Amino acid sequence: MAEFLDYFRKERLPHIWCPGCGHGTVTGALIRAIDKLGLDKNKIVMVSGIGCSSRAVGYLDFDTLHTTHGRALAFATGIKHAKPSLKVIVMTGDGDCTAIGGNHFIHAARRNIDITTIVMNNSIYGMTSGQYSPTTPHGMLGTTAPYGNVEHEFDVCELAKASGASYVARATSFHVTLLTDLIEKALMNKGFSVVETLTQCPTYFGRKNKIGGPVELLNWIKDRTVNAKAATALPPEKLAGKLLIGELYKAERPEYCASYAETTARVQRTYNDYKGGNRGCELNSD
Amino acid sequence: MAEQKKGYFHVIREKYCKGCGICVAFCPKQLLVLKNGKVFPERPEICIGCRMCEFRCPDYAIAVKPLEDDKHPVKDVSSIDLSLPPEAHHG
Repeated sequence: MAEFLDYFRKERLPHIWCPGCGHGTVTGALIRAIDKLGLDKNKIVMVSGIGCSSRAVGYLDFDTLHTTHGRALAFATGIKHAKPSLKVIVMTGDGDCTAIGGNHFIHAARRNIDITTIVMNNSIYGMTSGQYSPTTPHGMLGTTAPYGNVEHEFDVCELAKASGASYVARATSFHVTLLTDLIEKALMNKGFSVVETLTQCPTYFGRKNKIGGPVELLNWIKDRTVNAKAATALPPEKLAGKLLIGELYKAERPEYCASYAETTARVQRTYNDYKGGNRGCELNSD
Repeated sequence: MAEQKKGYFHVIREKYCKGCGICVAFCPKQLLVLKNGKVFPERPEICIGCRMCEFRCPDYAIAVKPLEDDKHPVKDVSSIDLSLPPEAHHG
């Protein structure tokens, strides 16, 4: 077991996230999960897009890729396709994943490619000074929603589940031990795994909505969530307006890279011993 | 005979601490305080070692370690072989 800070590029710390930002907590949880599983540092690739959350890879001592806005999953798909032996982890934010890269997200989930995606959902565009994002809850304030957000928010977990992801979980930056366990399970899952983490943005979300600092925001997040296991025993009126945390969905589905390799092997077996002739294509020819 | 109570000490990386107060607010024993905008363990002897401050710290500024820890020797500059390139230390 290596020291915790050995996974970081120490010369780049302390990071530039705001005091009390939840992204650091989620990055720490990810490192603890990797450390617990004992994964090889040189076999892990971290990919991120643009945004506060996507700065995480710059501080981590793995092979990292900081890509264009929303396209982290597209780059990650390429990496996984070229070298399926690598463990590919995507760190992305709510805007990066569901707004700008929404299309890449649903299609990566549809393919069920073996990528672990950690969506840090702080419900706002923090880097560009607090515009509302697709995951800002209805009625909450932002720079571009001064009278309350008119739109309704995305449920990232339901989106991933409907698109075909094989592991979907949600945790918060308050429930850190749960978060570490879920990331660990997501890393072990063969297929597209999504861990949505609700994090706090004290600088914009907390200030605009007059919730307060990081501690009040964490308490607000805690009050908004119910554990999925506990929710089965609770009456429906107590679950109104609450988000479920924990492992929400797990399914066995064929993984993309494995299916692709299988197809390649099947086609090669058919045509490798080609000795001339029409290769069984006579049925298709005119 | 009752088992002897385990003690813990806190590693504070003051350079990293931004004084957000998350660890202070969520410590179950309320033993941490903010001093000049940095975290300070006021009563480390009552620490129960739950490590929630360490897990929740967004800045990796605090770590809780058990006292008399032989398995994890303190790592400092003197233990690093500087004749090797930094890539050689990769896990």
